[in-house]
Amino acid sequence: MKLDSKIPEGPIAEKWDNHRFSSKLVNPANKRKFNIIVVGSGLAGGAAAATLGELGYNVDCFCYQDTPRRAHSIAAQGGINAAKNYQNDGDSIHRLFYDTVKGGDFRSREANVHRLAQISVNIIDQCVAQGVPFAREYGGLLANRSFGGAQVSRTFYARGQTGQQLLLGAYSSLSRQIAAGQVKMHTRHEMLDLIVVDGHAKGIITRNLANGEHRAWTADAVLLCTGGYGNAYYLSTNAVGCNVTAAFRAYRQGAGFANPCYTQIHPTCIPVSGDHQSKLTLMSESLRNDGRVWVPLDRENCDKDPNDIEEELRDYYLERKYPSFGNLAPRDISSRSAKEACDDGRGVGQGGRGVYLDFGDAISRLGESTIRERYGNLFQMYERITGENAYKRPMRIYPAIHYTMGGLWVDYNLMTTVPGCFALGEANFSDHGANRLGASALMQGLSDGYFVIPYTIGDYLASTGAGVLSPDSPEVKESLDKVKGRIDQLTSIKGKRSARSYHKKLGQIMWEYAGMARNEKGLNKAIGEIQDLRDDFNKELMVPGSGDRLNVELERAGRVKDFLDFGELLCRDALERKESCGGHFREEFQTAEGEATRDDENFAHAAVWEYQGREKIPKRHKEELYFDNVKLAVRSYK
Amino acid sequence: MFTSSLGKKYLMALTGLVLIGFVFVHMAGNLQVFAGQAQINSYAHSLQSLPWFVLWGSRLFLLASIMIHAWTAYSLIVENRKARPNKNDVEVTKRAGWSSLRMGLTGTIILAFVVFHLLHFTIRSIYPEYAEMTTTVGSPAGEEIHDAFSMIIAGFKHEFISVFYVVAMFLLCRHLAHGFSSVFQSLGLRSEAWEKKLNLVSFAYAWLIFAGFSVVPLSVLIQKHGIFQFYDPSFFSS
Amino acid sequence: MNLTLKVWRQSGPKDSGQFETHLIEEVSEDSSFLEMMDQLNEQLLENGIEPIAFDHDCREGICGMCSLTINGFAHGPEDSTTTCQLHMRKFNDGDIITIEPFRARAFPVVRDLVVDRSSFDKIIQAGGFISARTGSAPDGNAIPIPKEDADKAMDAAACIGCGACVASCKNASAMLFTSAKAGHLNLLPQGQAEKDARVLNMVKTMDESGFGNCRNYGECSAACPKDISLDYIAKLNRDHAKAKIKNLFS
Repeated sequence: MKLDSKIPEGPIAEKWDNHRFSSKLVNPANKRKFNIIVVGSGLAGGAAAATLGELGYNVDCFCYQDTPRRAHSIAAQGGINAAKNYQNDGDSIHRLFYDTVKGGDFRSREANVHRLAQISVNIIDQCVAQGVPFAREYGGLLANRSFGGAQVSRTFYARGQTGQQLLLGAYSSLSRQIAAGQVKMHTRHEMLDLIVVDGHAKGIITRNLANGEHRAWTADAVLLCTGGYGNAYYLSTNAVGCNVTAAFRAYRQGAGFANPCYTQIHPTCIPVSGDHQSKLTLMSESLRNDGRVWVPLDRENCDKDPNDIEEELRDYYLERKYPSFGNLAPRDISSRSAKEACDDGRGVGQGGRGVYLDFGDAISRLGESTIRERYGNLFQMYERITGENAYKRPMRIYPAIHYTMGGLWVDYNLMTTVPGCFALGEANFSDHGANRLGASALMQGLSDGYFVIPYTIGDYLASTGAGVLSPDSPEVKESLDKVKGRIDQLTSIKGKRSARSYHKKLGQIMWEYAGMARNEKGLNKAIGEIQDLRDDFNKELMVPGSGDRLNVELERAGRVKDFLDFGELLCRDALERKESCGGHFREEFQTAEGEATRDDENFAHAAVWEYQGREKIPKRHKEELYFDNVKLAVRSYK
Repeated sequence: MFTSSLGKKYLMALTGLVLIGFVFVHMAGNLQVFAGQAQINSYAHSLQSLPWFVLWGSRLFLLASIMIHAWTAYSLIVENRKARPNKNDVEVTKRAGWSSLRMGLTGTIILAFVVFHLLHFTIRSIYPEYAEMTTTVGSPAGEEIHDAFSMIIAGFKHEFISVFYVVAMFLLCRHLAHGFSSVFQSLGLRSEAWEKKLNLVSFAYAWLIFAGFSVVPLSVLIQKHGIFQFYDPSFFSS
Repeated sequence: MNLTLKVWRQSGPKDSGQFETHLIEEVSEDSSFLEMMDQLNEQLLENGIEPIAFDHDCREGICGMCSLTINGFAHGPEDSTTTCQLHMRKFNDGDIITIEPFRARAFPVVRDLVVDRSSFDKIIQAGGFISARTGSAPDGNAIPIPKEDADKAMDAAACIGCGACVASCKNASAMLFTSAKAGHLNLLPQGQAEKDARVLNMVKTMDESGFGNCRNYGECSAACPKDISLDYIAKLNRDHAKAKIKNLFS
């Protein structure tokens, strides 16, 4: 596998401009001759499908939900970063670039991050033009708030529903293109394989979830905008339907998978309440602007009513350990600190797995109505789930799997190692390194979809020329038969255990050994347990009903099967990365104070996994990362 | 303009508004019965003596309003039944009250009442003798005019008819309680800021109409049964 | 807690469907309604019965995918709550709970409790957008928008497109949805250029999709998990009338 990142020449600030100029263009009259498949309709997919349709390409867009507007980008709460410097507080493109590289613990590709920072300003303009109702100041201008990992106020937001509003913006543009006939939308369709012919991606196989029909779709290029793989942990903040299947199928077809071990644990989620739990709910990180995180200083006080614990008996551990960032310390650091406090026996709530997020001070300083205006919907959500009133009693929070920085390896053009197959948004690995800063996911998804792919896909299409595979060609038939065979296999095991039970078990293994802290022994154990679980799955799975109509158990079984294979890959990557960085914390590599120790000499690279066939250990490749513009330094938020 | 679902709502609202105005004027006219035979007869006579195009113009306008209101309502109901062919096993509501849910029922009964009322007091075909009632009391030039006062007293002496009138007015009151505020909503002239005030006005108006109309038949019955004297007792002596 | 569930089963769009009764035991009061449904499905699976199909995804009240009419109420009896955010502590041990799909001609049943809400997408495609070409936007602060207007637009934009308004309306009217989507864009200066066409086209598509008529009951707003106000319906009525009148003279 050859990893050519295709980083353009020139100084960092000019790379994107140079690249846009040197990329080939597709003549406007020729665009309609090209067919493009977009899988996923979230921020990246929705924006890409809408924009490519607008440019004149023929686009087919697929999503597993009943409408493109439900993609999980919708659940992002806090906001979207942009280097607008409207607050006059010292922000700039370079600072956003710097913060993102540093926040990613120096494991991202500088050129991509800089492009992201440059484009961030256009995204806000575009979204405002679409009618996204961003928060405004009384003068009518856009409002900002601050977010973890930054010392400037650069986050734009729409109450606690920023992701929803941005997605609805992209969805409205997409709808306009659907009405214009430029985009054909296929809802309740799940991609089950990538068709590769002569090394190029030429289409996909889908299953229509509503009626069970399998079909091949051919095109000149395939864009995978299918999100992350957080659900490998079963319990995560992802939507229940989120899955790794599309990306994993591409990996099986030759696309390199980069850094699967980089998983982000979000520090502010509602703690697990019992075995029935099917997902974890995130409380926006923006809460940390006004809330103070603490646990009791003494273990005996853990069961006490928090309001009865006196100020001097509370340990505001983030403020204590990281005085300059305090409660706004980046996600990985905040999460790990919460785990440390709970491991120390000072956790609160059910099972001692929770810490307090206290708004008492903010309420007495700003008044309850201000807090209600800022976070009302979050407090309401918290009350609904826990039955507790956070205006009167501190919230209980605990970290949960939230976002995955790893993903399909892509070059500067967002193309995977399979030519013609692109990966956008959370599905790729490119911009966040080993840790993503808050309010950057929305930025990346939209950047990739609105402003990057429209240029870079043109370069690929112009150099290959139009030529859609016939749906009757043998490669397509073979692919289709393979998928049907896999479905038949799942329904014919006829064992006794449900797919969900395997998923739950996998989640437990992953969280235990590949969660917030990992070590060699645990990871080896995890790999063994996952292999056993997979063997059991292949013998004992039960999928009732048939594949020829809506069958939720069949859908789940297919996704769980891929998670089982993928979970092993994740653990393998975590095992090989013998350092601690960002979301990947290896217990063997930490300072005496418990801070992560990076190994820049041996691990300043992206690890890219190449599939070698069934039963074979995948091959690990390296893309060396160079830091010419940001000095490699210990990431300190003290 | 009026073919879309919203167009039909505008029709309902506009014709409803005409009828809301009409019932008020009608009620104000009726209440003159308490001022005595001369007053109400002269008022009735003045209406009858309007130039024919004004009189018939208004009558046709009202009739058209009623017919459009009823026909549109009917077609909306048919469409709405089609839009929700399967009922829930449990049908419940959170906010909608009886009056708003039963507009079709109240409307239909009110329509039947209007037909009866026209036959009763305007065309006078139910009791043809009402047409023969004449008098000079209240006549501007001293000639014989129709004796509206005697007709009203005679009409409402029948318990069944009076009770029917009062019941119909109660249903009208319920119909108005939802209809009055609905006019503003359908024409887009309502906002949450004055929703409460509007609902209050709507509520008050509905009960005012009920009270204003019902008091006439009730007063006749009360006097008939000797409880209280509103009118010249000689009209009750037969 | 132990519960008796009366659940709608329908094998496909053409099947007429019927209720099935299941007993479920040891439901945690901390679980959400959908987690209770998961538990029921696991129980059915153990007995080799195909699980009940229902729509769900984010399970945090924002994607709008979950539906269900619970004891006659769209998204259940709690105010401002989606089914996924409804928790079992709101029910009592021994309750009989009736679970039905969202019922409307414009929302045909796909299977069991899953309905097809694509008619909402068609309404958006008819005009629920601002035609802003990617790359052509002026600076975000070029047009100041009064906070009050932005807030009102946001109130409308909070709609999650779940269809509870249609399901709770005795006439299956989609006015709350349509008015929220149109209202959001019509309130903003960016949305003015296409305002009249937007309103006319969205209403036309709404009518053609087989939804019923608004009768101003307010059930939609009462059932709305995001508390969208009836004001937006009034605004749509007003904007539509204005657009129609303008059309008469042009």
